[in-house]
Amino acid sequence: MRTTTATVTIRIPTPLRGFTNNQETVEVSGATVGEALQQLVEQFPRLKPHLFNDEGRLRSFVNIYVGDEDIRYLQREATPLKPGAELSIVPSVAGGGL
Amino acid sequence: MPVTTADITLTPEELRRYSRHLILPEVGLEGQKKLKAASVLLVGAGGLGSPLALYLAAAGVGRLGLVDFDVVDETNLQRQVLHGTKDVGRPKLESARDRILDINPYVQVDLYETRLTSENALDIIKEYDLVADGTDNFPTRYLVNDACVLAGKPNVYASIFRFEGQVSVFGTPDGPCYRCLYPEPPPPGLVPSCAEGGVLGVLPGLVGTIQATEVIKMILGIGTPLIGRLLLIDALHMQFRTLKVRKNPECPICGEHRTIHELIDYEQFCGLPGRNGETAAQQTAESAVPEITVHELKARLERGDRPVILDVRKPYEVQIASIGHDLLIPVDELPERLAELEPYRDREIIVYCRSGVRSERATKLLREAGFRDVKNLKGGILAWSQEIDPSIPRY
Repeated sequence: MRTTTATVTIRIPTPLRGFTNNQETVEVSGATVGEALQQLVEQFPRLKPHLFNDEGRLRSFVNIYVGDEDIRYLQREATPLKPGAELSIVPSVAGGGL
Repeated sequence: MPVTTADITLTPEELRRYSRHLILPEVGLEGQKKLKAASVLLVGAGGLGSPLALYLAAAGVGRLGLVDFDVVDETNLQRQVLHGTKDVGRPKLESARDRILDINPYVQVDLYETRLTSENALDIIKEYDLVADGTDNFPTRYLVNDACVLAGKPNVYASIFRFEGQVSVFGTPDGPCYRCLYPEPPPPGLVPSCAEGGVLGVLPGLVGTIQATEVIKMILGIGTPLIGRLLLIDALHMQFRTLKVRKNPECPICGEHRTIHELIDYEQFCGLPGRNGETAAQQTAESAVPEITVHELKARLERGDRPVILDVRKPYEVQIASIGHDLLIPVDELPERLAELEPYRDREIIVYCRSGVRSERATKLLREAGFRDVKNLKGGILAWSQEIDPSIPRY
């Protein structure tokens, strides 16, 4: 049985836009966070090493939010997505303009 | 935040100076006394430290501590409004102290002309009610976080990149800490710094004033501070959003079963060669790539000995300054554009960028791809400008 796939928007942060042809948002379809991210890196393969480690797991310094909630406190990559959901990639940034 | 105001009095001059605060019911005389009784440590007197120092001084925070060891440089003036043209070449702390006391002579300014380290952080931080972190690197971010958690001091955090900023309040008794948000730092080189990626000059002004607002709210105990929330600021589209930050029960420093009880080696934690210790030395040996100095390259070029020169910067940077190249491939595009280098596989390749950081990454990448004779130009175009040809602009 196939799960229904939803069209969702992924917000790309500035440091990673170099890998998405400077697109600030990318539309993908996916029933879960994992599926949506998989589609994203298939569309932009150069993004992959920045989001996933060699074992294919999400890197620990990349936070993914659905709406305003961290997926670590939902069902991680298995978190289901409703149509129109907004995913944000929020990487750690250190700059202080020193 | 517990601030005792019993012994605090305001002179008639101070009452006049702070009149616009005194007539605000949320501040008032009691609030102004709290500000005067409070002490805040600013880590970094740069982009974020500038608005922080200016506004906290103007607001009447009684004691400001500043940690910095840098000297004012012309490239700072585009955003570090604490310092002026006349201050170029002076220690940032001296210039900051003069500016703060010019704004408000009632402020006590403590200067720490040092790098914040695992050895001195707790001793410095314990003297203050709260900390505002405006540093520019991951090791210091984690150090400030851990020291604040261990010392029980709130840490008003902000960071910036290009057109975007993040602000939150960490280290309160029930709130999350920086490690709850980001348990581990990214490996070195994966996330560009402001020096590499650039930053809109007004951005630290925008973000640092929000940070200063949070500091003042924390001191006064008013409103809803950004505890458990991460504010994301996008200056380009002028959009502000907040995300939830939960206290991680398994956090190694603020969780229930914490495993970190003292400050660690943060350079090592962030994968950088540490200042001492065997592991650090091993790491350096493993990560070292062959280098060539600007003097060696110049001597060779003069002899007519011509290696292949690869510039790994962005094309717009070449318009600002260049020392010439045979190939221009931005480091991020290198993995897909290796074919362009195939004709040079058996030749010696010298890689350069602005400061030598990106080219080091590129050198490593090429060597892993089987190019045997690749060297990184140490210090990049900056070193070339400084030591060989000052007519090449530094940026």
